[in-house]
Amino acid sequence: MIERTDTMKEKHTAFVVSQQKIAADIYDMWIETKMAAEARPGQFLCIYPKDRSTLLPRPISVCEVNANGTALRIVYRVVGAGTREFCGYGQGDSIEIMGMLGNGFPVEKGKGKRVFLMGGGIGIPPMLELAKQLDGEKQIILGYRDSELFLKSDLEKYGRVTVATEDGSAGTKGNVMDAILAEGLEGDVIFACGPMPMLRAIKNYAEKNRMEAYISLEERMACGVGACLGCVARTKETDSHSNVHNARICTDGPVFEAGEVNI
Amino acid sequence: MNTQVTLAGVTLKNPVMTASGTFGSGMEYSEFVDLNRLGAVVTKGVANVPWEGNPTPRVAEVYGGMLNAIGLQNPGVEVLLERDVPFLKQFDTKIIVNVCGKTVEEYVETVERLGEEPAVAMLEINVSCPNVKEGAIAFGQKADALYNITHEIKKHAKQPVIMKLSPNVTDIGEMARAAEAAGADALSLINTLTGMKIDVNKRRFVLANKTGGMSGPAIKPVAVRMVYQAAHAVKIPIIGMGGIATAEDAIEFILAGAAAVSIGAMNFVNPYTTMEVVKGIEDYMKKYHVENITDLIGAVEE
Repeated sequence: MIERTDTMKEKHTAFVVSQQKIAADIYDMWIETKMAAEARPGQFLCIYPKDRSTLLPRPISVCEVNANGTALRIVYRVVGAGTREFCGYGQGDSIEIMGMLGNGFPVEKGKGKRVFLMGGGIGIPPMLELAKQLDGEKQIILGYRDSELFLKSDLEKYGRVTVATEDGSAGTKGNVMDAILAEGLEGDVIFACGPMPMLRAIKNYAEKNRMEAYISLEERMACGVGACLGCVARTKETDSHSNVHNARICTDGPVFEAGEVNI
Repeated sequence: MNTQVTLAGVTLKNPVMTASGTFGSGMEYSEFVDLNRLGAVVTKGVANVPWEGNPTPRVAEVYGGMLNAIGLQNPGVEVLLERDVPFLKQFDTKIIVNVCGKTVEEYVETVERLGEEPAVAMLEINVSCPNVKEGAIAFGQKADALYNITHEIKKHAKQPVIMKLSPNVTDIGEMARAAEAAGADALSLINTLTGMKIDVNKRRFVLANKTGGMSGPAIKPVAVRMVYQAAHAVKIPIIGMGGIATAEDAIEFILAGAAAVSIGAMNFVNPYTTMEVVKGIEDYMKKYHVENITDLIGAVEE
């Protein structure tokens, strides 16, 4: 299990610094909060809708932290009532958040190595802060639906970017695995976030090529703090907390060494 | 001002507890909540052996509430006794352990094991989980089955026994009377209401289990009504729960006849809910010059 360096969690009211739409249904928001000082790549926030008909928090990963650690950037997709509410927030609006949650990526595992940072769709945002902090030879492989290549230019500052699109409108036609094969890329360690089929393919690829792989999982959550046992992942071994083959994605993850989980 | 309530000989500093399954074993929320300020912590249901629970997705949001089908995943009673009870013993609150099982024998085994731990003040028996196929709810939906399991557990229990009742029945009063007649020391209600959600775009059930238990503020009026009916059916104390979000909600349950209340799904929405309810009850008592919280139990004007 990836080690956690626990910091106190809290829920508080923060304020929106700015928000803009950067692609179809994709929004880019900066939030001023002291939680930013402790945020690590791969960790997430719970954001609470104000509309009381939508009660549960929305887990959204950290995309970037500003230089002095006073603000967090999130990039998210509008998929339902909660995120539809969030995308209407503007500068100065309050936002209810809890954080910082989850373990985050083990950045030190990439040090001095050839690293693949692989993001698929709305799994791309956490790659940005990871790319900023990771000290290795970075190949950043991004999978998009179409030619709306959000965050690509931000990521190009920190490594060599390769793109795959489902519709073939930019880069390799297909997914991130197709792009790796097409470009003949080679690496030692993988850090990935994206849809489950992509993560499954990465897990298989890493096993076949004897690579280390750290993958960020997603699941429907309720509490976000490890109490409700809603968001579990099947584990290879008996999990030390649950005493069964289930780890809590919100607390023991969301990042797992690929070999630890059955996905 | 006296906020103490006594349930089956166990005195709580205030009537605010946590609903089983929504608070882990207290550890996860101890970063947000001063557990010393709670009347009691009710743990996640525990069985004689570890349970894996249901496949995911296990939770879904519905209007004003949520559905869950965790399937009573739990680490087994031994882990609870080795890890969770010692953690909770550090705090000045009562420990109530929720017990689940698939057969009478499984319930009894867990109840007997818990009898060896004096720090456990009470047992709450879950005969009303809608999310496990065998056992569990089968005991909670027929009055004679409820009578039998209550009677059997009472024979083996060292601590006072709270029977947690299902709302998925026709006559809650009949169920309450059956549990009381079999020797239950207290009742807690309501457990979740069985529900379902379908994703119309994918044409699939949202929960892997298809059905799940509904909780949250949307179910509160149903819960208040059932607490009121149960309180009129029996003399044993009732712990009321179902969508409590504020102190006003808690008072509403108490006026309906509950001697104590539990905060459930709202812990997920606001981890400070229990503390706000404790404080809010005190404010209410001050405002209306209530000397003893017990004066409010069942005090709704007829």
